[in-house]
Amino acid sequence: MMGLPELNPTVVLNGVINYLSSPAGIELIATFLKFLFVFVLVLQVPPIMVWAERRAPAFMQRRKGPNRVGIDIGPLKSRLYGLFQSLADTVKLIWKQEVMPDGANKVMYHLAPVFAVFAAIMIACAIPFGNDITAFGTKIPLSVIRLDVGFLFIFAISSLGVYTVTLAGWSSNNKYSLLGALRASAQMISYEIPLGLSLLPIVLIYGTLDLNEIVIEQTYFWQWGFIKAPVSFLIFLICMFAETNRAPFDLAEGESELVAGFHTEYNSAKFAAIFLGEYVSMFVLSCLASTIFFGGWQVGFISHEQLVNLLFGSEALAAFVGFNALLLKAAFFMWFYVWVRWTLPRFRYDQLMSLGWKFMLPLGLANILVTALVVAFLKF
Amino acid sequence: MNPYVPVILALVVGVTLGLILSGMATFIGPKKVYKKVKYEPYECGVPTVGSRDKMSVKFYLTAILFILFDIETVFLYLWATTFKQLGWFGVVEILVFLLILVAGYVYVVKRGALEWD
Repeated sequence: MMGLPELNPTVVLNGVINYLSSPAGIELIATFLKFLFVFVLVLQVPPIMVWAERRAPAFMQRRKGPNRVGIDIGPLKSRLYGLFQSLADTVKLIWKQEVMPDGANKVMYHLAPVFAVFAAIMIACAIPFGNDITAFGTKIPLSVIRLDVGFLFIFAISSLGVYTVTLAGWSSNNKYSLLGALRASAQMISYEIPLGLSLLPIVLIYGTLDLNEIVIEQTYFWQWGFIKAPVSFLIFLICMFAETNRAPFDLAEGESELVAGFHTEYNSAKFAAIFLGEYVSMFVLSCLASTIFFGGWQVGFISHEQLVNLLFGSEALAAFVGFNALLLKAAFFMWFYVWVRWTLPRFRYDQLMSLGWKFMLPLGLANILVTALVVAFLKF
Repeated sequence: MNPYVPVILALVVGVTLGLILSGMATFIGPKKVYKKVKYEPYECGVPTVGSRDKMSVKFYLTAILFILFDIETVFLYLWATTFKQLGWFGVVEILVFLLILVAGYVYVVKRGALEWD
């Protein structure tokens, strides 16, 4: 047996420092930092979004909406337009008693909110928030998960959202929950097919499954996805609403018929977790729509190299600008969610299903065929 | 670093966050005396029926059709990535593939599998 090497503290410390300053170590540190970043971002979005979703309809209906909760610490005294309302709500939810109905399936009941949170966070990790930057001589991609098959990964993970709905609705032993879950899961799987079909022309046009590569291809705004593949964008936009069970496709909740749908029996922090998952997946889909159809972190009127030159050759600053561009685009889609919710009435269930199966599916297939022929005539 | 290492990390982080969030409900919230009525499913006040009931067969049918068409979509992704290498051969091939797919789709529509009443 070999003797153990001498474990001198300074030697160990030097070894660790050496490892961390090597390219592999820098990559490791960068990965953790990126994780932290996505984590904070993802936890920040839902409260702000909930606030926006209560203030916006209030203004649309000539009410004030929540405008009381603010800061009151010594000299700092401001209502902040009620921005802290969501924080107060969250704190309240956490300190409430958990009431699990009798006859609920315990394992499934506890598992459903976990699915909601982790599926949303995993997709958030796959979105490129900026172009690759070079730090300490190592190339660092600005997305936690960078795969050659990014598209397929996002596809696979976003399907997991159905599990939340099904498990939550079935396990809580409530007929309204079950009905809501059945409707929602049938709706989500039905709209997943057009969603998949709508992204195929993008793969045909840009010829890659890597999300960052797709963004790089969309330098100027006339090269963006929604101009090159407008039908795809339309289908994707509709599927976005159906996948997140938002109005006008919110039959899963349908307050007037099903109490609250699949999460009727959820309360306290578990309800908050399901809510968090829903809002994060809305944010992630908004980011995805901006990435695929609106040039992601590209500014649109100048190329990335020009932007770097303009910002004194600093890649980090350019990445920051790009990240803000992406956030702005995503914010538009988030606003669009709210806007549509308070504008359009709810669909009927048979209308919803025939829209998905009889209109969007054939349209998606035709779109692929036409795009393939056009690309073939232009390129071959 | 293997590009799939962050995937595993993301999985661990996501599940942990989910467990923390839903665990908070169980451990932080108050625990009050058990009352039968309070723990009944929330159903309008009439005697509750629960959810272990029969479901419409339409939902199963939708699920089966979903699996069929979703697999077709995944096949199409493979074709789309190699589209430029395949050239015109790929175009003709996908025409045949879509023809068969549409034939199946038309059959499904004709049999009324997509009708909801």
